[in-house]
Amino acid sequence: MSEILTGSFKVKIGLAQMLKGGVIMDVVTPEQAKIAEDAGAVAVMALERVPADIRAQGGVARMSDPELILKIMDAVSIPVMAKVRIGHFVEAQILEAIGVDFIDESEVLTPADEEHHIDKHPFKVPFVCGARNLGEALRRIAEGAAMIRTKGEAGTGDVVEAVRHARAVMDEIRRLQTLADEEIYTYAKNIGAPLELVREVKRLGRLPVVNFAAGGIATPADAALMMQLGMDGIFVGSGIFKSENPAKRAAAIVKAVTHYNDPGILAEVSKGLGEPMRGQQVADLTEEQRLAGRGW
Amino acid sequence: MPDIVPNPFDLRARARHIQSDLTIGVLALQGSYWEHEDMLLRLGVGVREVRLPEHLDGLAGLIIPGGESTTMGKLAVEFGLLEPLRAFGQTRAMWGTCAGAIFLSKDARREQPLLGLMNITVERNAFGRQVDSFEVDLDVPVLRQVDPEPRPFHAVFIRAPLIERVEPPAEVLARLPDGRIVAAQQGHLLTTAFHPELTDDDRFHRYFVHLAQTAAGRT
Repeated sequence: MSEILTGSFKVKIGLAQMLKGGVIMDVVTPEQAKIAEDAGAVAVMALERVPADIRAQGGVARMSDPELILKIMDAVSIPVMAKVRIGHFVEAQILEAIGVDFIDESEVLTPADEEHHIDKHPFKVPFVCGARNLGEALRRIAEGAAMIRTKGEAGTGDVVEAVRHARAVMDEIRRLQTLADEEIYTYAKNIGAPLELVREVKRLGRLPVVNFAAGGIATPADAALMMQLGMDGIFVGSGIFKSENPAKRAAAIVKAVTHYNDPGILAEVSKGLGEPMRGQQVADLTEEQRLAGRGW
Repeated sequence: MPDIVPNPFDLRARARHIQSDLTIGVLALQGSYWEHEDMLLRLGVGVREVRLPEHLDGLAGLIIPGGESTTMGKLAVEFGLLEPLRAFGQTRAMWGTCAGAIFLSKDARREQPLLGLMNITVERNAFGRQVDSFEVDLDVPVLRQVDPEPRPFHAVFIRAPLIERVEPPAEVLARLPDGRIVAAQQGHLLTTAFHPELTDDDRFHRYFVHLAQTAAGRT
């Protein structure tokens, strides 16, 4: 009767469900975290450098200093997320130990393991992972991810890759639903995903966990576009604090996500936001400069 | 196997097929509003997503879902919902889960927009951070009004608030095994610190529909 259960998959995915329809913002200081919270962010991602700076400065990108993350956790009442390198389960143990609310196993940082992602099941803290297509999303869920996001192309301010990944997942789900039951075995093999999860997606018509858009979202219109494409919420990385007026832009993107189907409100909130982040066209990046290819 | 997140496209299709003279709104600014809609549709009740004041017209009741209370408060202020929601709650049933419970309270011990409709004081994130989120079985005697079989209610708490103080006319509905208060009612207003919308148990939703029918019938 009175047994208390913590760290179950239900409470992990439950937090992601509470974030739906919301905006998660990258912040590098407690002051930025306050601005994000005041603008209506549902969570913040605590980082030393936003993806645009990681891209510009190069070098090895690692988990942020726990001291910085703790200061950001002290500054706000909303959930705080932080990133670990792909496969770096000790960085994840450290973030769990300091009480971070969600871990992003992220291709934005330099991968620590080129073969294996983290086994996320043993952790009490939930994980979000990037995916470019249905097979990749289901492999991450099989490893224990409680939330999926598109990879997009972080730090560019160019939404094209996020759109590509969102459409890929949604199209594959729609196609899967048209398959006969005997056809899903080969389908699962071809996309490299566990059969049980493929069957579950066919039945549900969606991923069995929450799916956010990320990687290149810079304007309220970008955010509403991703919502209309069927994403459950939005991550904005460099797009806010690399723009001219972060507080105003952040609040506008929050409103755009709630009212993503109301063009009148979208027009209103898009007015007079100042310069967006300058950005970089994904088409101009070389293969090595693209982060989305990290992970598998 | 992971638990199920409702499919919004599927919800819309199902909502079109409901024929009911009772429509309940779900505040859809942010959070677990699809989960509540899914539960109401399974009960054969009409649903409407509420994002602007005019969406409240003709509703028999309103659910304020879980999510981030600061985000909901901010959006409610920006889109002129605070006063219309307060007016709605004078005569119509309202139920807040988790963030929604905070929003209904009169005091959350910090500066944030609240509806102040219920005589309860809440403490946000009272159990700690996400790693402390939990599931537990609760005894909720009032649910016997909708299902006489006395079985526990499996409650899911996500970064949950605690109801620190309940003052008349509000009453306690459920406590944790250690005695701390996690559900309360004040006439047609209902509040739970946990998330019945994340379970398959529809007793709280049936109880709320009953409250909504009663309140709507009175006026």
